[in-house]
Amino acid sequence: MSQVPTGTAAPSLFDRWREAYAKAGEREAAFETVSSAPVKAMATPADVAGTDWEREVGYPGQFPYTRGPYVSMYRGKLWTMRQFAGFGTAKDTNARYKYLLEHGQDGLSVAFDLPTLMGYDGDHPRAAGEVGRCGVAVSSLKDMETLFDGIALRDITTSMTINSPAAIIWAMYLVTGQKQGAKLADLGGTTQNDILKEYIAQKEYIFPPQPSMRLVVDTMEFAARNVPKWHAISVSGYHIREAGSTAVQELAFTLADGFAYVEAAMERGLAVDDFAPRLSHFFNSHVDFFEEIAKFRAARRIYAKRMRDTYGAKNPRSMQLRFHTQTAGCSLTAQQPLNNIVRTTWEALAGVLGGTQSLHTNSMDETLALPTELAVKVALRTQQLLAYESGVANTIDPLAGSWFIEDLTNQMEKGAEEIFARIAELGGVVAALEKGWFQREIGKAAYKYQRELETGRQVIVGVNKFVEADEDDHEIEVLKITEETERECLGNLATLRRTRSAAKVKEALDRIRTDARGSVNMMPAFMQGAEAYCTLGEMVDVLREVFGAWREPAVF
Amino acid sequence: MDEPIRVLIAKPGLDGHDRGAKVVASALRDAGMEVIYGGLHQTPEAIVEMAVQEDVEVVGLSVLSGAHMHLFPRVVELLARAGAGHVLVTGGGIIPAEDMAELQRRGTGRLFGPGAGLRELVDYIRAEISRRRTAARSN
Repeated sequence: MSQVPTGTAAPSLFDRWREAYAKAGEREAAFETVSSAPVKAMATPADVAGTDWEREVGYPGQFPYTRGPYVSMYRGKLWTMRQFAGFGTAKDTNARYKYLLEHGQDGLSVAFDLPTLMGYDGDHPRAAGEVGRCGVAVSSLKDMETLFDGIALRDITTSMTINSPAAIIWAMYLVTGQKQGAKLADLGGTTQNDILKEYIAQKEYIFPPQPSMRLVVDTMEFAARNVPKWHAISVSGYHIREAGSTAVQELAFTLADGFAYVEAAMERGLAVDDFAPRLSHFFNSHVDFFEEIAKFRAARRIYAKRMRDTYGAKNPRSMQLRFHTQTAGCSLTAQQPLNNIVRTTWEALAGVLGGTQSLHTNSMDETLALPTELAVKVALRTQQLLAYESGVANTIDPLAGSWFIEDLTNQMEKGAEEIFARIAELGGVVAALEKGWFQREIGKAAYKYQRELETGRQVIVGVNKFVEADEDDHEIEVLKITEETERECLGNLATLRRTRSAAKVKEALDRIRTDARGSVNMMPAFMQGAEAYCTLGEMVDVLREVFGAWREPAVF
Repeated sequence: MDEPIRVLIAKPGLDGHDRGAKVVASALRDAGMEVIYGGLHQTPEAIVEMAVQEDVEVVGLSVLSGAHMHLFPRVVELLARAGAGHVLVTGGGIIPAEDMAELQRRGTGRLFGPGAGLRELVDYIRAEISRRRTAARSN
């Protein structure tokens, strides 16, 4: 069923079209987005009647930034091509980084392995089988030094996908930079450090929400005072979407999380304009092309209004939503994996037409394993093709003024506002996640989508349509992580524990314990811990002892 | 009518990607099975303890982290040691075909990769449990 617009730009002609359309009939299809939102057969000016164009859409670099945060957008500077990478030992990943930099990548993006994300050293029993599997293993400053060996941290920006132990890993990075001779003020990059979406979707949490929020605010405060080029948080919708949310849920949940950090920092006594210019966001770009573009445009507008009107931001940079985009991992298929190159291309294009500041394009083989060098290169080339051949970077926000896109953008904004109201009723983001509300909403959406795949209402080429019978052999090579990685990490850790100063380690861990019990900013203690070559696990253990551990209500 | 199939769905290891586990849990419940959702970040030991306590016939594991070669055989081995070797260990995740074959040689049931259908999974569990129940009765 499609919805036929009811407005009348030119009544008689429109009515004539509507009648003819009803007679012409429709092919057998649901006409819904991948988020199950109905899509109109055609948009007309009536759909956006009443939109105040100057106020709601405006111009790039001007409030409410619907058309982009910057005045010249990609005519001034292309988006940053930033491929997320990490596997095996710090040495293995260091080689991959050098490869990516040699092939024209602009910035680094670190994927850590699960033990690191969960605050375990590589030699912890719970790390068995997981070391270096889906990211690089970093258990101490030693590994961080190896990771960036031969790469001057002063000259690049680094994004690190790390959350629960983000403050500690960031401390290791800062100390690595200092040891290379850089000043803190020289170091630029981003820590994901978005703990709220961990409870909501990604589920790599360690401590309960309250102490976790304190650590986040510690990093915001430390960055604002000492590392002004650092983005302390990347408020992330990516994982919310991957966990199965709809587009509007991704938009609303993410922005709500961001506002929760703003409020927490303001409660600490930070002035909004002292930290908000360095907040960044991270969205998914899924397969539904127009829905995604509308989502990105709506995100900027909602954010600008809220930052100015609710939080009293005065600095325009505090109102400009800047974001990183990654194409949707969950849209890729193990079947006919070469098709993934094509999916990724239009998802990336949606990110670009939505005005992203940086972009990661997934590799074709990621439903099978970590990507091979060849697959990563094709993914990077995809961005370069869009940037240099397609022509889309030559003009700013080219879809603005499309009745369809502007209407979708308005609908996204309205939908998000409804969700914000629901979250407020539940007592705010933390209260809602403690009740398992976000988790259930996402679970419901994921299951609904899966059932629609079963019935064929949603189509995935190669999975429930145009299936190839003989699919046992994948058409591509996959990357293998060997047991050798784990042995090498264990060896490195054993050497470290033998050779460092036990007295310095004890002193640093004692300070972390004292600071955790108090209310001072913990970053200096973590930096001391990093310098003393305390391991990640040792520092996290001390925090767990003081803060406790979080277990979520197991609901489905 | 046979009694309902009892299934434990759990995520061993450190990975938190629980979309698949939850979707499968919902689908098995809607297919009339009794589903116990074991939640995240479980050790193989804790999963086996839960399986024995809950007296399930099926353990479904979801592993997307690449640690499947460690986690699946460990659960199979611990179940056998706990006298629950009859329990079907199935599951899915990002598991290359050759690893699936190797894991089946080491005692798991069929494993499902990305794109597998819910109906396929439900049918497999029903058929396999029916076969195992019949075999147990005739012994």
